Amino acid sequence: MKFGIVVFPGSWSQQDFHHVIVDVLKEEACYLWHKEADLQGSDCVILPGGFAHGDYLRTGAIARFSPVMREVARFADKGGLVLGSCNGFQILTEAGLLPGALLRNDCLHYRCKWVHLRVESQRTPFTSAMHRWQVVRMPISHGEGRFYIDQAAWRRLVDNDQIVFRYCNGSGELTREANPNGSLDHVAGVCNDRRNVLGLMPHPERAAEAILGSDDGRLMFASILDAFARA
Amino acid sequence: MSLSTITPDLVESHGLTAQEYDQILTILGREPNLTELGMFSAMWSEHCSYKSSKVHLATLPTQGPRVIQGPGENAGVLDIGNGLALVFKMESHNHPSFIEPYQGAATGVGGIIRDIFTMGARPIALFDSLRFGPLTDPKNRYLFGGVVAGISGYGNAVGVPTVGGEAFFAEPYGSNPLVNVMCVGIARKDRLFFARAGGVGNPVIYVGAKTGRDGIHGATMASGSFEEGSEGRRPTVQVGDPFREKLLIEACLELMDGNDLVAVQDMGAAGLTCATAEMASRGGTGIEIDLALVPRREPGMTSYELMLSESQERMVVVARRGSEGRVRHVFEKWDLDAAVIGRVTEGGLLRVLDHGRLVAEVPATALAEGAPAYRRPIAAPDGASECRQLDLSTLPLPDDYAAALLDLLQSPNLACKEPIWERYDHMLFLNTIIRPGSDAVVLRLPGGSRAIAVSVDGNGRYCAVDPRRGALIAVAEAARNVVCAGGEPLAITNCLNFGSPERPAIMWQFVEAVKGIGEACRAMQTPVTGGNVSFYNETSGHAIFPTPVIGMVGLLEDVAYATDQWFKTEGDLVALLGETREELGASEYLAVRFGLVRGEPPSLDLERERALQGACLEAIRLGLVRSAHDCSEGGLAIALAESCMGGEGTPIGVDVELGGAIRPDALLFGESQSRIIVSIKESEWPRLQEIAARHRVPLTRLGTVGGERFKLRGATFAIDLPLGEIERAWRGGLASALGG
Repeated sequence: MKFGIVVFPGSWSQQDFHHVIVDVLKEEACYLWHKEADLQGSDCVILPGGFAHGDYLRTGAIARFSPVMREVARFADKGGLVLGSCNGFQILTEAGLLPGALLRNDCLHYRCKWVHLRVESQRTPFTSAMHRWQVVRMPISHGEGRFYIDQAAWRRLVDNDQIVFRYCNGSGELTREANPNGSLDHVAGVCNDRRNVLGLMPHPERAAEAILGSDDGRLMFASILDAFARA
Repeated sequence: MSLSTITPDLVESHGLTAQEYDQILTILGREPNLTELGMFSAMWSEHCSYKSSKVHLATLPTQGPRVIQGPGENAGVLDIGNGLALVFKMESHNHPSFIEPYQGAATGVGGIIRDIFTMGARPIALFDSLRFGPLTDPKNRYLFGGVVAGISGYGNAVGVPTVGGEAFFAEPYGSNPLVNVMCVGIARKDRLFFARAGGVGNPVIYVGAKTGRDGIHGATMASGSFEEGSEGRRPTVQVGDPFREKLLIEACLELMDGNDLVAVQDMGAAGLTCATAEMASRGGTGIEIDLALVPRREPGMTSYELMLSESQERMVVVARRGSEGRVRHVFEKWDLDAAVIGRVTEGGLLRVLDHGRLVAEVPATALAEGAPAYRRPIAAPDGASECRQLDLSTLPLPDDYAAALLDLLQSPNLACKEPIWERYDHMLFLNTIIRPGSDAVVLRLPGGSRAIAVSVDGNGRYCAVDPRRGALIAVAEAARNVVCAGGEPLAITNCLNFGSPERPAIMWQFVEAVKGIGEACRAMQTPVTGGNVSFYNETSGHAIFPTPVIGMVGLLEDVAYATDQWFKTEGDLVALLGETREELGASEYLAVRFGLVRGEPPSLDLERERALQGACLEAIRLGLVRSAHDCSEGGLAIALAESCMGGEGTPIGVDVELGGAIRPDALLFGESQSRIIVSIKESEWPRLQEIAARHRVPLTRLGTVGGERFKLRGATFAIDLPLGEIERAWRGGLASALGG
């Protein structure tokens, strides 16, 4: 399976995704430069973490205009798998490929730490190898990750089972302390209504080897590989 | 050449002495013009020239079998085997951070990163050593908040993880906080770059941000002390742009992968002047540039301003002739300005033109190497021996040892620093095997089977009483931390922070500290590969504690050696390697409980230290050691508490009995050196005994890991606290000091 990793100026998690896909999973990966509207035949497109264009404006506000994003939107429209983590999630919401917005953390500063996530839906190609209510551990690293959406749209997310991950404690409870950024309804990750585009603030690529503290992120890659094998 | 009258006032306002000016006249054989005077002023400043320190720094050991590059380049370089080179350096940004904490700290991060990637290395980690006045003062809280935000804002955006460091608070740093930043990078040994111009006729290319009027005379500012009202010097502090720096990293590393570049140099302190003069001087060539070709942010800039601007995120590269097109193509890809501004020339002259008109002509070596070297007067300060006196009999023992422990745990110097490091991305690049909070950070190397360990250490309080001993301890402790993490110490970089070298008492502190570093580095076989001296850290005559900060790097031939400080398993045996003496001098305990900074710092025997480190490293490599933790500030009691808390899982208790014929507070909180607490499987005890005996290291069985209480008993004291209580004190210490 071939993964295409989009590189914006200021992206920084691309090497980490590349390492996990190529060195750990032994799959194929290529970088997709933001100025080129060509996905190079990728089977899954990843938008990595970082500070695209410096994020001096609203995060992701400039990146969505990059030529590559037209192709990403077209690819998603045809049902292609698109995964955005951290800055990638912010860009996907700015590009209108995912609902909601990511605001400044409620603690008003950047946070890099391990968090627990509760799998709210395994009915996506990114979570099929997990089970519902499973608690997984991954790091976050962001200053603007507080998920927000209006009441009506939130209702639709819940009704359509589009909330994929919620922040929880180690026992799976949605406590206030377990929500690291003040996200509405503890939302850590959502998918589109077609379920082929997923955005999450945590970093699955940082949790793909036990020596780094967790390999729960492998479940996400396993799900994607499984979805590709079935397609 | 335009003539200008150089008055004595003008010379003085450029921070040059009359004698230095005479020397300039001799070098040039004529009067300099204003631009040339400015160039000499910046390059001969203390910050750039090390004129007060270089005769002393020359005594430090800089050679070793692994040293590829010692002091004198942008950064030190070590051969770490498998075709890899470790590139590392530490630098201070104290003065700018005092004037404008956010930008001062941010540009400190940016500057040290450039020093690393100019050598052809990818920067993989940052470390910060910070000193502030007590957080009870709102001014110090503002400086602390601004500095942490600046490091976070720049480091996170530029995409180099900040994986470790230290923060310490004491009164004297209220007059001048310290911000020391270290960066580590990894390069292929056969792809290293050095900042030496070469190849007459090769193009000199300017890359990165446009030049503005910011930071003019930053180097001169950093070479003076502060008086009241230093805020007025804000315009000498630059503004950082981490996004552009990220583009510079990627563009330069992409170019360095090919064969188009000869040399790369950052424009840091003294900007274009320093970059061109140093490259030409190191390469034994000249350089000629035309300022008309320099990209600029604002119109009407003079040659003086262009040569001295310290606008950030700018580099000078020397490319191979004929490579201009490819160089320009890569920089265009990354949306960076690149302009050919001149050529490498024969002879040793730095010639600066403006639209073809000569505006400065100076021998490059005179600027880069020609500053006078001073042997400034040295005198031990009054009271130097008096403050070593400490009569313990005048100090009452605590009534309540548990309360004394909790007080220490919440002291900002010992409290949990997670509120600081959780604001830094410390996981990017997937290398962080042992994260911040343990004795040393461990980062795996490309390929994944080996790793490096890094520790940053310094104790200004020890140095205030005895700078030589304090510096000795800083090196020994940094090495001990690396050993506790499973690494073999290889080499150091340093940042030497002191007051004004024009005061004999300060110069004495400096010389003593350098002696201590040299002595320890020779004994530990860890050469000095570079570093930075920061003088004039004082305001209105109030100097900081003399503060040498040591950045130690070590190697783990197998990632499996990586060891952290946290207890792991119920029933494990806890033991102490080394011995506790009655040493309370200059301790955190005295400072917290009695407000005292006095008494001899703990003794240090380098032979014993080496034996201890050898024993610990052997036990770790044999797989015996579940956790290893250096006993330092706060002593045995604090080290045991830290081993219970702060790991990834839930805290785990300990039950320890301490023997010994010394004062109980010295037993618990004294800071005797050369001690490591280890936890091992009970059944490994005989093997550990054998190793300790062979290395002639005292070994004491202390107790057992387990339960949910922290229990520490001796003949005349007993501490028995629920883990929750010690954790609350420790985790909340920093927040409550900040009034949160």
